[in-house]
Amino acid sequence: MKYLHLIWAALFRSKTRTFLTLLSVITAFLLFGMLDSVRVAFNSSANVAGYDRLITTSKLSITQSLPYRLQTQIEQVPGVAKASYATWFGGIYQDPKNFFPNFSVGPGYIELYPEYIIPPDQLKAFYATRNGAIVGEALAKQHGWKIGDTIPLQATIFPTKGSNNWEFKLVGIFKLAENSRKGEEKQLMFNWKYFDEANDFSKGQVHWYVVDLANANQSTQVARAIDALSDNSDHETKTQTEQAFNQAFFKQIGDIGLIVTSIMGAVFFTLVLLTGNTMAQAVRERIPELAVLKTIGFSNRSVLWLVLAEATLLVVLGGLIGLGIAAIVMPAVSAASMGLIQLPHMPSATWLVGIGLMLAIGIGVGLLPALRAMRLNIVDALAGR
Amino acid sequence: MSRMKKWLGNLGVVLALIAGLVAWTMLPWYGVLAVLVALVLWLLLTRTGRLALEAAKIGIASLPQRWGPSAVIVVGIAGVVGVLVAMLAMGAGFEATLKQTGNDQTAIILRGGSQAETNSVITRDQVPLISSLAGIAKGPDGRPALSPELSQVVNMVTKADHTDANAQLRGVGEAAWTLRPQVKIIEGRKFNPGMRELVVGQGAKKQYVNLEVGKQLELANQVWTVVGVFASGDSHDSELWADADTLGATYRRNAFQSVTAKLDGKDGFKKLKAAMAADPRLKLDVDTTRHYYAKQSEGLSKFLKILGTIIGGIMAVGAVFGALNTMYAAVAGRAREIATMRAIGFRGLPVVVAVMLETMLLALLGGLVGGAIAWLIFNGYSVSTLGNNFSQVMFQFKVSPELLWNGLKWALGIGLVGGLFPALRAARLPVTEALRAA
Repeated sequence: MKYLHLIWAALFRSKTRTFLTLLSVITAFLLFGMLDSVRVAFNSSANVAGYDRLITTSKLSITQSLPYRLQTQIEQVPGVAKASYATWFGGIYQDPKNFFPNFSVGPGYIELYPEYIIPPDQLKAFYATRNGAIVGEALAKQHGWKIGDTIPLQATIFPTKGSNNWEFKLVGIFKLAENSRKGEEKQLMFNWKYFDEANDFSKGQVHWYVVDLANANQSTQVARAIDALSDNSDHETKTQTEQAFNQAFFKQIGDIGLIVTSIMGAVFFTLVLLTGNTMAQAVRERIPELAVLKTIGFSNRSVLWLVLAEATLLVVLGGLIGLGIAAIVMPAVSAASMGLIQLPHMPSATWLVGIGLMLAIGIGVGLLPALRAMRLNIVDALAGR
Repeated sequence: MSRMKKWLGNLGVVLALIAGLVAWTMLPWYGVLAVLVALVLWLLLTRTGRLALEAAKIGIASLPQRWGPSAVIVVGIAGVVGVLVAMLAMGAGFEATLKQTGNDQTAIILRGGSQAETNSVITRDQVPLISSLAGIAKGPDGRPALSPELSQVVNMVTKADHTDANAQLRGVGEAAWTLRPQVKIIEGRKFNPGMRELVVGQGAKKQYVNLEVGKQLELANQVWTVVGVFASGDSHDSELWADADTLGATYRRNAFQSVTAKLDGKDGFKKLKAAMAADPRLKLDVDTTRHYYAKQSEGLSKFLKILGTIIGGIMAVGAVFGALNTMYAAVAGRAREIATMRAIGFRGLPVVVAVMLETMLLALLGGLVGGAIAWLIFNGYSVSTLGNNFSQVMFQFKVSPELLWNGLKWALGIGLVGGLFPALRAARLPVTEALRAA
């Protein structure tokens, strides 16, 4: 620590070079911050911890529907606390580009998601209003909806009285406390009963059941018991944890993790090369100075540490600025991605991994020049040989 | 006063640079060729040009001595070009696969308002009504050439990690084969109508377990036998085909999802659309298959294009700083040499051009390396994603010459920015001071 001013002075010996290196480190970590938060976001939506729910869908395929009467049977399975159901609606608001999930839900569905925060009177109004709908806060904000508004949706699957025009009355707005799950605010739910009565060809059919467990450790047995209910029938089911269900779904969109990781790999390879080259140059230029340091009594080891600290300081400085900028621009990116990425804040995991990387890269690029500085022969170095 | 002048000069250079870059990105290949020819002529025919060439030769000859820093420019730019080309190749591959699926000679009919086949329902009694519409071509047997099809999403187990994925199971009739001449059986045979037999696309066979000819699998509690493999070179490659009637009976479905029809001549589509609109019994949408499939690829390829350009852009900025760094160091390292050249009569312009040529050469090398890596690793690399029908579509990265050309333009653009300021510094180096120093 007492040599900090020395390291600092060495760092800014050649201002242009340090500045330019700093800028390339900043861009690299800016990119890292943005890509890694996207990766974390994709993983976290597939990794909803703390809630132990099961999802029961048709075994044949996710688009196949299940009979509504399964509800009572599922609720009687030992280990099941509560169960509810939903049917995918897939309506369009004004333009297909405005895509957001919308589906009808049975009674008690929203209560199965205690992390969805909604005022009790709005929830009551939802069940009391035949064509009532609730939406997430982010979605309401995006389209400027207020409670009491009528939301028209164009059906893509289920016509009502021969027409595709459905109208819903907005009675409630829910929100999520967790930032990493703000994406779930972009959905609309309405009453299944209304859907069942008003649509032209689906009667008594649902697409999935959500099951709340009495004991989280029993998920495997309960899932097996639920699937046994419809064994060898024409509507065999497949029950899995919500986590497994989401993971399987996200996996199908494409291996985003792999693509992101390979991009980051390319970025870091370039970064290590750039910074390593600068450090080598800096040491090369300062050989006589380092020799003087050794002459006046600095040990080999402290020269090694000086150079190593300089490299690390440079990378950490640039890295922190880069991550800082990423944290600032992420909300703008979220807004521009039209709901694809929902990241108002950079996840803390990204900060941690980023800082770890800064230290590792700093030491990595500094090591060779530092070793070279340590092994300097004073006489040769002073003579410029 | 002179500081002010220098500052204003730099500002002018930056503005000119931005304008130059914008012009550069828009320049078509013959424009680039013209610039190149003009540059070569200038280098060879004018006195200043010849001087610049001589100065550049000295710089390039000393490149091997500075291979470390020079490699930084090459690798940095190669990274940018590689990432950019790979991302764009992914979008291009997806787009190409879906575009090839459709054409202008066939139309697809869906229920009004449906965006994709999964959402659509066409009842059996609508099919004869559709076949009597104008604009549909007659088949060899004299009957209207159209194929009512069932589309069922089924769970398949992937070979890669044994998880479930959604596959498209298409129920087709005899007409489907004539409507899609690109679909060819490459192994085994076609399914027999009325039997529980499947033919699978070559992509599906590659992606899922148990789809080899002769294997049996269970769908909806019935045992089906795989009897053939087909190749189509488009999105049908990810599908499984079976007899529509047998499939409908298995899944207890008596409605179809879509009707594909061959169009009669050039204005067939117009006629069909008009006839469809005129019949109040048919609330259906009709679209050419080309437009239908092209629309499906729009979202993802646009997203990848934007993402690729943003990431490439940020990386390019990083690479510019790297190139600036290296070239500044190169100029500083050769200060005496440059000053000597200036002292013996080389003017500013040849020195600037010499440094620029050197940087552009390195950038070109980087662009070529990056493009080559992207091509070697990613061309033909197959991936799959969830398509509009809620089922997997396999596609391959497509590194086209056009993308490589684009990558090369990016590389040279980065070289231009990274070389210009060090070049200007070299030209402005105070001769006497530089000669005296070091």
